[in-house]
Amino acid sequence: MESALSPVRAAQHRARSNYRTRQIVNRVMLALCGLAALIAVIPLVWILGYVVQRGVGALSLDFFTQLPTPVGVPGGGILNAIVGSAIVVGIACAISIPVSLTAAFYVYARPNTLLGTLIRFSTDVLSGVPSIIMGIFAYTVFVLTQGHFSALSGGFALAIIMTPIVLRTTEEMLKLVPKTLRDGSLALGAADWRTALNVLLPAAMSGVITGIMLGIARVAGEAAPMLFTAFGNPFFSTALDQPIATLPHQIYVYAISPYRDWQDKAWATALVLIALVMGLEIIARGVASWQERKLRGR
Amino acid sequence: MSVIAEIKRQKRNSPWSELVRRIEHGDVIFRTLTVVAGLLVVLVTAATGFELWQNSALARAKFGLDFLTGTNWDPVIEDFGALPFLYGTIQTSIFALLIAVPIGLGIAIFLSELAPAWLRQPLGFLVELLAAVPSVIFGLWGLYVFVPSVVKPFAQFLNDNLGFLPIFQGPVFGPSRLAATLILSIMVLPTLVAISRDVFLAIPNAQREGALGLGATQWEMITQNLIPYGLSGILGAIILALGRAMGETIAVTMVIGNNLDLSASLLHPGYTMASIIANEFTEATTDLYREALIEIGLVLFALTLLVNIIARLLVWRVARRIPTEARA
Amino acid sequence: MFKSSGLIALLMMAFALFAAACAPTAAPTSAPVVQTVVVKETAAPQVITATPGAPAPASGSLAMNGAGATFPFPLYSKWFYDYAFVDPTVKFNYQSIGSGGGIAQITAKTVDFGASDAILNDEQLAKAAGIQMFPTVAGAEVLAYNLLGEDGKPITALLKLPYTATADIFLGKITKWNDPILQQANPDIKLPAKDIIVVHRSDGSGTTYIFTDYLSKVSPEWKEKVGNATSVKWPTGLGGKGNEGVSGLVSQNDGAIGYVELAYALTNKLPYGIPQNKAGEYVDVGKTPEGVQQAMSDFGANLGDKLAISIVDAPGKNSYPIAGYTYLLNYMNQEDCTKGKKFVEFFKWALTEGTKDATDLKYVPLPDDVKQQVLGKLDKMTCKGNPL
Repeated sequence: MESALSPVRAAQHRARSNYRTRQIVNRVMLALCGLAALIAVIPLVWILGYVVQRGVGALSLDFFTQLPTPVGVPGGGILNAIVGSAIVVGIACAISIPVSLTAAFYVYARPNTLLGTLIRFSTDVLSGVPSIIMGIFAYTVFVLTQGHFSALSGGFALAIIMTPIVLRTTEEMLKLVPKTLRDGSLALGAADWRTALNVLLPAAMSGVITGIMLGIARVAGEAAPMLFTAFGNPFFSTALDQPIATLPHQIYVYAISPYRDWQDKAWATALVLIALVMGLEIIARGVASWQERKLRGR
Repeated sequence: MSVIAEIKRQKRNSPWSELVRRIEHGDVIFRTLTVVAGLLVVLVTAATGFELWQNSALARAKFGLDFLTGTNWDPVIEDFGALPFLYGTIQTSIFALLIAVPIGLGIAIFLSELAPAWLRQPLGFLVELLAAVPSVIFGLWGLYVFVPSVVKPFAQFLNDNLGFLPIFQGPVFGPSRLAATLILSIMVLPTLVAISRDVFLAIPNAQREGALGLGATQWEMITQNLIPYGLSGILGAIILALGRAMGETIAVTMVIGNNLDLSASLLHPGYTMASIIANEFTEATTDLYREALIEIGLVLFALTLLVNIIARLLVWRVARRIPTEARA
Repeated sequence: MFKSSGLIALLMMAFALFAAACAPTAAPTSAPVVQTVVVKETAAPQVITATPGAPAPASGSLAMNGAGATFPFPLYSKWFYDYAFVDPTVKFNYQSIGSGGGIAQITAKTVDFGASDAILNDEQLAKAAGIQMFPTVAGAEVLAYNLLGEDGKPITALLKLPYTATADIFLGKITKWNDPILQQANPDIKLPAKDIIVVHRSDGSGTTYIFTDYLSKVSPEWKEKVGNATSVKWPTGLGGKGNEGVSGLVSQNDGAIGYVELAYALTNKLPYGIPQNKAGEYVDVGKTPEGVQQAMSDFGANLGDKLAISIVDAPGKNSYPIAGYTYLLNYMNQEDCTKGKKFVEFFKWALTEGTKDATDLKYVPLPDDVKQQVLGKLDKMTCKGNPL
């Protein structure tokens, strides 16, 4: 980089001397971006197609309304796991989202304080801890102290896994909200919390939802931490202090079995899980854009 | 209320009523909540590290620092060393990011700057859909579909043409560090793409108009204005992706071949720290064995910390070099 | 497992409560409930009672949780499913978290019963005073392989592996498929001059425990160099996670061989090899599961108090050499009389009515002599010192 010139002036300088090269570079690089998108779409479509292809055969109405059956017993579904996953992921969200968003406001407002630095380090380190370790941690804290497995301990493990993703994304999105918006709100005499909730959060909403959805998508598919916490349950249960079935755990159990019947159900369950997360995403995006329109309308 | 009346009222305020006023205003509560939430996050992390430390005491006492350089992992005679796993984790996650970051940023740029409006939503959706695929499914797909049809021929190609490089030395296996690297690079894409796309979208249009107005090409606008402006957010995405790559268990375990091999070659089977924990923790029946696995977790924890410190230092240096005009 | 640390637990509770306060949807942490829990029926089971075939859980039914070995999971889930028709007042919930996990959980008493493929060692027995191992069924392992002949067609015949050949392959001493030792044992197959790719389980497992137990018995060199455990340091080869990982690696690599559970080889139609037994015979366990029963009987006359024994490398002429029991774990003296009683009732049912399920799923039921010893032990179970 030419140190004496600002990039803008450097650009002007080059513009005079080498207009054609710049145009070619521009075209080539932009084409490469398009190519990157194309490259990424291939495994994407491939893996999703494979899941559909392997899983769709085992899908039926019963699959959504019945309980699992053992090998050799026809029919059977994953109702308990669908409900169980909803409960466990719900607990994870209820813990993680409020904590992450509130902490993100702290980091946003005071990034260079000791606590701010510590929070950022913590989230980055937490994001690299394997999920099974989080499962063991929740096992120590909940299962060993209470003496039994529970939906709650599973939700707790997932909450820790989810937190860095939501927190980090929220922080980055808040930082990108133009400072003028915040200053304007504060200048009008709004309290910090009002500014945060009514100005900053709505302005960053789209990105925050991305973070939350990435977090949910991640934890909804985690099987490893479920073994020692939510444990699994072949029966229908909604009790928070009892073992509960979850979709990823069900996928895992089915996938490692020797029987074709169960292996097919593993793929079908994965298909259901992906569809459910996607449905949630569509709803979240829908609500967000509806809110945004409402705000603009005012 | 007139201004004078307001001043008079404020003069009457005792420290106590000042406190009451501030509580009514809500900011004290809000700030306390943010501090509490922040402390919780820090505490949970510290508690995780502490538990890992405390519960690996036996292994730490027995192997000391040799644990980090030990190349043997033998549960029968209980001799444990972390080097093959440390090496595998670092190698696979670095190469995975080297592949995923340019592609991920390319897609993010494509989605936010180039793609026609009708394509943005569906394509973005598709990428986020990938985030919802459970890792065991990635693993099975990788093992049964991706490795035989893509990784193995690709590895053979690399070995045939670039076999003189140590990292592409034969013999060629399907399940290998290369397979793990490629699977990881696919798995981290959603995080990279979704966050950096949102970062680009959040950059005010004035940035773009300014650059284009001064005659920059679109590519120059992206590299000289948008990327520096959104650098912090993009790095955040990269760090989350790195965390995912280092901590991923089942999918990697399925395709990496699980071998203590320490050669430089990407085409050889290897092992990662997360895989050895996932593989052996549930069946580890003696105290020393289990604690050695927990110490692997501790090493991974420390490695993540180290990587993040390095990353912050780098960011700090880069940030100083970027002219302030671009960030205004 | 982790030792719990009180301070941290307290902090975590605070975390959960904080969250509950923030989000009214999260129910606050319920008070710790001790072992016996009578499941309160929620409104939801309406759906289930309407389900044809599924047993209707009776109101106030007893929940019993168990955890452990992965290998018997399909059978146990079938047993518990069927047993719910026999006794609708009890709901058994068995989860496969691994033998090591099962032992740890029953020791910590976070479950009502455990399960393991591996025989508990002295250290483990000492930690869980009064624990008893009860064999339920046995299973066999075979060597799945994938080999294209010189004509380019896959070889699918039953491969015969001489007595020490399996150990030598896994030690990396036999490296070619056309090794004279292998070729002489299989005169009907034209073995190609290809490298043997060894595949083993990468995850700790009872399957590995039984396999390495077998190798240690037939090969002193294996015993000295590698040994016997749920995970070992393999001298050679690729590691695949789980049976599915091993079978995936085998099916993709021409020349590969790896050990899998018999049920896995049969239901997924993998070509497999069998080792020669101690008496010099080849028993095709896929066709005659009695080979495993014979191995159980070879050692089964008196299992002693432990009720656990290794049955690999059995001496009988008709015995299959790579096989092992899988066990349920429970305390001889029960703290909860109802649960103890239900456990014994179920177990007796499983050993009699349940044998059909076992054979259907390619497990091998206990021979009579062993069964009698298990039943005798079950009758000696007590509750708070009194007979059940």
